[in-house]
Amino acid sequence: MSEQGLQTTTGDRGILLRPTRASLQRFGRQAALVAVIVLVGLFLVGMGHRVGYGAADYLQLLVDGLQIGAVYALVALGFVVVYRVTGVINFAQGAFVMLGPMLTITLFGSLSGSPVFRLVVSALGAVLFVAAVGMAIHRLTLHPARKASALTRIIITVGVYISVQGIALIAWGPRPYVLPAFTTLQMVDRLVEVGSIIIQAQTFWIWGVAVAMLVLLALFFERTVVGKAMRACAVNRIAAQLMGIRVDRMATLAFGLAAVLGAVAGIVLSPATRPTYDMGLELGLKGFVAAIMGGLVSFPGAVVGGIALGILESLWGGVTLAGFKDLFAFLMLILSLLFWPQGILAGKGEGGS
Amino acid sequence: MDALLEVREVSKSFDGLVALAEVTLCIHPGQIKGLIGPNGAGKTTLFNLIAGTLVPTAGDIRFRGQSIVGLPPYRIAHLGISRTFQNVQIFPGMTVLEHVLVGLHRYTLSGVLAAAARTRRIKGTEAALRERACALLDKLGLAAWADTPVDSLPFGLQRMVELARALATSPQLLLLDEPGAGLNPTEKAAVSQLIRKIRDEGVTVFLVEHDMQMMMGLADEVAVLDHGMLLAEGPPVEVQRDPQVIAAYLGEADDVA
Amino acid sequence: MRKGSPDTWAFAGAVGVVLLLGWLELRRPGGVSIARISGGLLTIDLLIRAGIFTIILVGLNLLMGYAGQVSLGQAAFYGMGAYFSAILTVKAAVLGISPAVARAWWWPWFVMGGAAVLVGVFSFLIGWVILRLRGHYLAMATLGLGIMVYIVLRENLGIPQLNLTGGFDGIVDIPRLHLGAFALWPESRYYFLVWAVALATIVLGLNVVHSPVGRALRAIHGSEAAAESVGIVVPLLKAQIFALSASLASLAGSLYAHFQAAVVPDTFGFVPSLELVVMSAIGGMASIWGAPLGVLAVLLIQELLRTHVLGLIPAVTAEMEPVIFGALLVLIMMFWPGGLVSSRRRRPVWGER
Repeated sequence: MSEQGLQTTTGDRGILLRPTRASLQRFGRQAALVAVIVLVGLFLVGMGHRVGYGAADYLQLLVDGLQIGAVYALVALGFVVVYRVTGVINFAQGAFVMLGPMLTITLFGSLSGSPVFRLVVSALGAVLFVAAVGMAIHRLTLHPARKASALTRIIITVGVYISVQGIALIAWGPRPYVLPAFTTLQMVDRLVEVGSIIIQAQTFWIWGVAVAMLVLLALFFERTVVGKAMRACAVNRIAAQLMGIRVDRMATLAFGLAAVLGAVAGIVLSPATRPTYDMGLELGLKGFVAAIMGGLVSFPGAVVGGIALGILESLWGGVTLAGFKDLFAFLMLILSLLFWPQGILAGKGEGGS
Repeated sequence: MDALLEVREVSKSFDGLVALAEVTLCIHPGQIKGLIGPNGAGKTTLFNLIAGTLVPTAGDIRFRGQSIVGLPPYRIAHLGISRTFQNVQIFPGMTVLEHVLVGLHRYTLSGVLAAAARTRRIKGTEAALRERACALLDKLGLAAWADTPVDSLPFGLQRMVELARALATSPQLLLLDEPGAGLNPTEKAAVSQLIRKIRDEGVTVFLVEHDMQMMMGLADEVAVLDHGMLLAEGPPVEVQRDPQVIAAYLGEADDVA
Repeated sequence: MRKGSPDTWAFAGAVGVVLLLGWLELRRPGGVSIARISGGLLTIDLLIRAGIFTIILVGLNLLMGYAGQVSLGQAAFYGMGAYFSAILTVKAAVLGISPAVARAWWWPWFVMGGAAVLVGVFSFLIGWVILRLRGHYLAMATLGLGIMVYIVLRENLGIPQLNLTGGFDGIVDIPRLHLGAFALWPESRYYFLVWAVALATIVLGLNVVHSPVGRALRAIHGSEAAAESVGIVVPLLKAQIFALSASLASLAGSLYAHFQAAVVPDTFGFVPSLELVVMSAIGGMASIWGAPLGVLAVLLIQELLRTHVLGLIPAVTAEMEPVIFGALLVLIMMFWPGGLVSSRRRRPVWGER
């Protein structure tokens, strides 16, 4: 490693943390991370104890957290894919999360045939359509502006989000919609009782689909030429270009992939909630927090970040005022940025990638 | 004679990778001290440790007898250590004069609120500072470019502006990171001349330089780093004959030129 | 401000325009009003809002355009000022403030000043911590901070039994301002107050820009390492300018509360913060004069959409507004990222690709 190389590792991705003695810092940061998570966990459990929570209540909160956490993880993966390939934080990600279920519902209502057929076709159709929207957004807005500053490009994605949400308001109105549960194919989902806790059947679908998406994503990056090319862009854009990879096409594809991840996340979650035209704002922001918790560049980090955020938020939501539930994610956002900017999986102090 | 700067058994590693290993050296007041070594030897790391950009993994750095380890760079600048950068660090869009005025910042002593109210004291000091800045530009032969944005100047002049900015802080110790890099022989000679002049005015100079010839003619004393370790220290002529130094440089014959 | 500089002339011009418009509105000579000569586009209401936003934007431009520190949560400080004023005037009794004090004409002014100072201190402390972060990371931390403040305002500061902020519904019946017995109302009078403050803020901004502090801020923007190497106490200066910008936003918030006579949390959420950044970008961040110009440009675009463009196409309803606003935002960022006022060659506000 050259001397210059050593220099740049300390300024890694624009983070300035006053370096204390390196080893101490590394140890300190890991200790801080463990301490924060343990303390937050203990605090939440203690708070719950005060309002009379028992083991069953905690298990229930845990399951609820794992449910939404899987969704956050998928959304977070969308942020990571786009950020790694293009260097943009794509706030339009929330739009994909909203468009997925809304389009599915519309298609579902307009098709005829057996419910299973209608659900499968409309979900697949919606995912493909959202993927096309994602790629179109990149081609039409971010690709022409690729030389602009990062702030400019991020504002562009915000503008796209505002527009898409506006279109959704016109198309679907402000009312909440309903997507049939995957198991019963009706409005009412089956409830599975495990011991003393109750799990919606849809929760298993969410977990199953999330795992399936992870496997597909891994296969895509490990086994396909396109996936490997995209990974090369993520590691080093310039080197990838020199090797003859069309970086701009990979960027467009990354948007398509992020759109698929977002749309799928929105679709599987929808039977457990009531999708609205503005659901993308909250899910997008929380997925983003999960991505930051994972370090913004790490795929496993995004998954762990999503699940950790889901569980901690659920525990927090169990003990705090209903309206304060959303506060937690943004508290985690600031804490993550300050204490473990490399993500919760990164063991390295300075440097590392 | 007491040392102005003492580096005592300083080590620095990045994620287990050792960049500097127990380096000890002294800089005496009024010296021009050189630091040479092949690429990746740890020269810039040592500079960054002295300037406070990095903090040593072990060891102590003392300036005028006081430990400066762990102090932030601006505190170290206040104590009287100033520097230039290997990759020129200029402020885009700002003129040459403004760069020097930024260098004089610590003599302005104005808070944000005083600035917002534009108190009379600020107006007064501002005029005095401009005079001082212009005098410095005159001395360094940069007066002609005073109102030129620095990013439109050629590289050699940008280096000079960086030097002017560093000098504006009235340092006791000036750290120069490859002042000759990217310059032609005539420019290099001029820079050497200037460094001597700076030293004659009482500023101690510690410089990293790749160009051995320039270094030999300039430095009173030279330290050689290789793979993070101090190979030799002494007058240039002696160091040049040191077999270890020759061996270290043989692999990099191109750089010796 | 320096005598005889172009800024002096620009300022004289600005004072002239402000006085002329105010006089027109106050006197309406021969029935000529601002609204009439501008075809209904310029209203006194819009001009007052422009003045209020100008106050925020001067601070934001110092922070983003000069010091290079991006804030995506500035509406939080705006909201804090507004809520301080609203709560301490409307709900003074709940807080045990004697009616004699709360009804005194000077009380709202005292609250306004006190709020600006408190918000300044608060943001200084916050800034000291989070301004260690750079680029994307700082932007995201300020975004998180902004949303957290919004949630706290929306959720009654976490103490629902006092109902201080009024939750989603906000606070109504905020009193108008008086100077002794002289009411600063109707709008034509309030206009003069708001623009007097806005012009004073512009002077303040110009003074900072042309002082050693302004130079140091630009130096920090250009190279933090170099700025520190000459002894600029970078963390202190960054926190100071962050606090100044927050104080100005708080002041604007107080003026807004007494103007609108009502506050709701949604005025100070995530999207308003982004709108502020958009105004800043459109006006030109690295310029104090960009502040009023950016504000006017954005407000006029919104007004034009509302009153003119949307009316021309019968099929298009008011719901199109966010869609078109988003699209315009994208187009302006794509083709005109430098803003209206480019006083000098600028660097992208944060990191190049």
